[in-house]
Amino acid sequence: MTQKYLIPLTAVFLLFLVAYAGAGAGLGWFFGIVFPYLAVIAFLVGFVIKVMGWARSAVPFRIPTTCGQQKSLPWIKQNRIDNPDTASGVFIRMLLEIFLFRSLFRNTKAAFNRNASNRITYSWEIFLWVAALAFHYAFLVVLLRHFRFFTSPVPSCVQFLEALDGIVQLGLPGLFLSGVVLPAAVLFLLARRLFDQKVRYISQGSDFFPLFLILGIAVTGIFMRYFTKVDIVAIKEMTMGLVTLSPTIPDGVANLFYAHLFLVSILFAYFPASKLMHLGGVFLSPTRNMANNTRAKRHVNPWNYDVPIHTYEQYEDHFRDKMIEAGLPVEKKE
Amino acid sequence: MADELTPDELLDKIDYGTDSGNWLDTTKSVQIRPGMYCYAAKAESVETLGLPNARSWNPTEEDWKLPDNWQQIIHDGIKERLEKFRTFKIFMDVCVRCGACADKCHFFLGTGDPKNMPVLRAELLRSIYRNDFTTAGKILQKIPGGQRLGGNRPLTLDVLKEMWYYFFQCTECRRCSVFCPYGIDTAEITIMARELFNLLGLNIDWIATPVSNCYTTGNHLGIQPHAFKDMLEFFVEDIEDITGVDCTPQFQKKGADILFVTPSGDVFADPGTYTCQGYLILFKYLKDKYGLDVTWSTYASEGGNFGFFTSHETMKRLNAKMYYEAKRLGVKWILGGECGHMWRVIHQYMDTMNGPADFLEVPVNPITGTKFHNAASTKMVHITEFTADLIKHGKLELDKSRNANRIMTFHDSCNPARGMGLLDEPRYVINNVCDNFYEMPPNTIRENTFCCGSGAGLNAGENMELRMAGALPRATALKHVHEKYGVNTLGTICAIDRAALSTLCEYWVPEVEVAGIHELVGNALILPGEKERTEDLRMEPLPGCEEEE
Ligand code: SF4
Ligand code: SF4
Repeated sequence: MTQKYLIPLTAVFLLFLVAYAGAGAGLGWFFGIVFPYLAVIAFLVGFVIKVMGWARSAVPFRIPTTCGQQKSLPWIKQNRIDNPDTASGVFIRMLLEIFLFRSLFRNTKAAFNRNASNRITYSWEIFLWVAALAFHYAFLVVLLRHFRFFTSPVPSCVQFLEALDGIVQLGLPGLFLSGVVLPAAVLFLLARRLFDQKVRYISQGSDFFPLFLILGIAVTGIFMRYFTKVDIVAIKEMTMGLVTLSPTIPDGVANLFYAHLFLVSILFAYFPASKLMHLGGVFLSPTRNMANNTRAKRHVNPWNYDVPIHTYEQYEDHFRDKMIEAGLPVEKKE
Repeated sequence: MADELTPDELLDKIDYGTDSGNWLDTTKSVQIRPGMYCYAAKAESVETLGLPNARSWNPTEEDWKLPDNWQQIIHDGIKERLEKFRTFKIFMDVCVRCGACADKCHFFLGTGDPKNMPVLRAELLRSIYRNDFTTAGKILQKIPGGQRLGGNRPLTLDVLKEMWYYFFQCTECRRCSVFCPYGIDTAEITIMARELFNLLGLNIDWIATPVSNCYTTGNHLGIQPHAFKDMLEFFVEDIEDITGVDCTPQFQKKGADILFVTPSGDVFADPGTYTCQGYLILFKYLKDKYGLDVTWSTYASEGGNFGFFTSHETMKRLNAKMYYEAKRLGVKWILGGECGHMWRVIHQYMDTMNGPADFLEVPVNPITGTKFHNAASTKMVHITEFTADLIKHGKLELDKSRNANRIMTFHDSCNPARGMGLLDEPRYVINNVCDNFYEMPPNTIRENTFCCGSGAGLNAGENMELRMAGALPRATALKHVHEKYGVNTLGTICAIDRAALSTLCEYWVPEVEVAGIHELVGNALILPGEKERTEDLRMEPLPGCEEEE
């Protein structure tokens, strides 16, 4: 069991060391230019291939999971969102799913007490939902905030987001909320994997690896911002070089930054081949993104084919005498 | 159930703390244990359907008599299905193992077996998928210990056996799907897995034999046409004793208004038979009062479709009869009885597989004028939709007091609940034919409803321990309302439920009886010209008539 998390932890640590030492040994161009480009290409190509692969597979049947009252008689109130029969209902269902993790919000926790009543009890389990939302939104904010390294001048929306994120002013430089929330959420998700017996049992190395990786990215980022003041001007020069496709390696970029960038690159490259692709999959899941109107509207299966059936004629041929005797109507009398 | 565990023994075994072993190891779980599995499909049933690898084999024996290239067959089968079903492909890729579904499965809750967590059930197959179909898996295979990190493993005989064991411990109820943030439906994965098993002839007999009967005879039990007619006539006699009215149905009547199809369980086994009597009474009433002409068919005498638990193709072959017969008889539309998975097939698959049903009309209730827009394409209406509409328009004369002894609760069957959203119609009917109705706790009804534990072809006799364990969440909720409100009747709209929940009650909550909704309708409906009733359809005294004679 321990290898499930120790190996990923070690792997992330080693990746960090490789980049840190490598940059120190003059391989900055590799960790600062070559690998980031490769990673972005791997991400984009991999993502597209994966999504296209899903899209290429047929959706033969309309099989939404319905979580509320269907549309039926006019006086019965339909649950338009959880059991949508129109595209707009589906749209809202998907928005809630994608932006608010609605299904996860329903989560309950079951407990069983072996006593006189032997009851299974269900309590609302909101922590996974809170942590997942916190994690994803903090990550998004961090990602968007980083646009100030990739744009010049920095768009006002990024500046606004930054201001909002740093609204709690504590010391200098201002503390970003996302910088607190993100590691906290990751730690919670990690703790769940380690200490919740059920989740621990189902977890793979490939569940721990992204968590450690993201934690590594967050920690190196935080370190650079608050502790080892890195040369922001040089870093920005370098990142601008990357996005304008005229890469340069300015002097004064800290080795820690190369390590940070390398971990980010690993995350990008790893993304399409991993469970992180749920980012793409959530949009395409046929149990959520289809309207529940199969009885009302015809849905076509692209590979539908004819099948042998036992016809009425064969049936009657087989049972004719018995049917006649029993007074059941038949097509042919003998 | 003498040789099986007592409820107490069964409860003692439950522990949700899972063991710390690695699930990739099969040794422990491949002990296919009596009470937890169903017997293998009989060779002749598999043969009748022309499905591959018919032979006699036994799950508990070492040798499963597989064809030599069985691994290749499974590999090709997975490959084909990945292209044909986007669900399958996505569900293999995007699970993040968050565990939200883990404690949602009644089989996990009732057994505590960690491999009954929906995510892990799916992982059994995903581990093969990752190994054979993903780049990461192919790389990890080559690194020592790599498989453990990615959770991939090669398909060995032990792995196959383990998958077989656990995919026949899933009732395809979809409860897990409700909670999954990506809508991953483990039931869908089970459907795929069972298709794969069928490629190797590894079905269970409780599925294969009903399917083959249904194919040749028209219904699961292999009731031949004359016997089917006899059975309904037997009910007619009973009804006449109770009401004084002759409710003889029509069979294969060309030009009737409506073809009625119900699961054969209603014709065969108590307490479904009382529901069947309820249908007969309702149709007689509608015929006498409004001239509505309903016909039954001995050819399409099965609504339930165990083909659904075999393969998509087999499902289609069995389902085709309904349209075929409706066309031959020239009816206007089709009405369907109370059945769970039958309705999932009709609602989500029938029109796509066997439509378009352009030889039928968009269903209109000729008595109320209501057009069933929600069935405009399939042309098939659920009987509780139909009856609710009649009641709403005041077309039925009902005497609720005849059900006054029934303190009701309602079990949402998984398939109508999570496959169509038929939730309020049956409740409306119940409330109009009974005075006392109490809901079970909210986490256990409607889309959160718990399976009876015997669905998807698992209601055999030999796997009773599994069934009773799986029934536990439903049973504890039922017990709660029984203790709190004195509930003595569990209403349901599924034929398998009527059989399975009766066994469940006997085991866990013996004070509660199971009834179909149309049994209650049949009791309450005042037939034109009926004599004063003193008995309900079970031939037990009506409330207030107990002391007579
Ligand atoms: S809820 Fe969905 S994503 Fe989470 S473990 Fe279950 S199947 Fe996987
Ligand atoms: S479909 Fe039902 S039986 Fe199957 S894994 Fe999900 S909850 Fe369990």
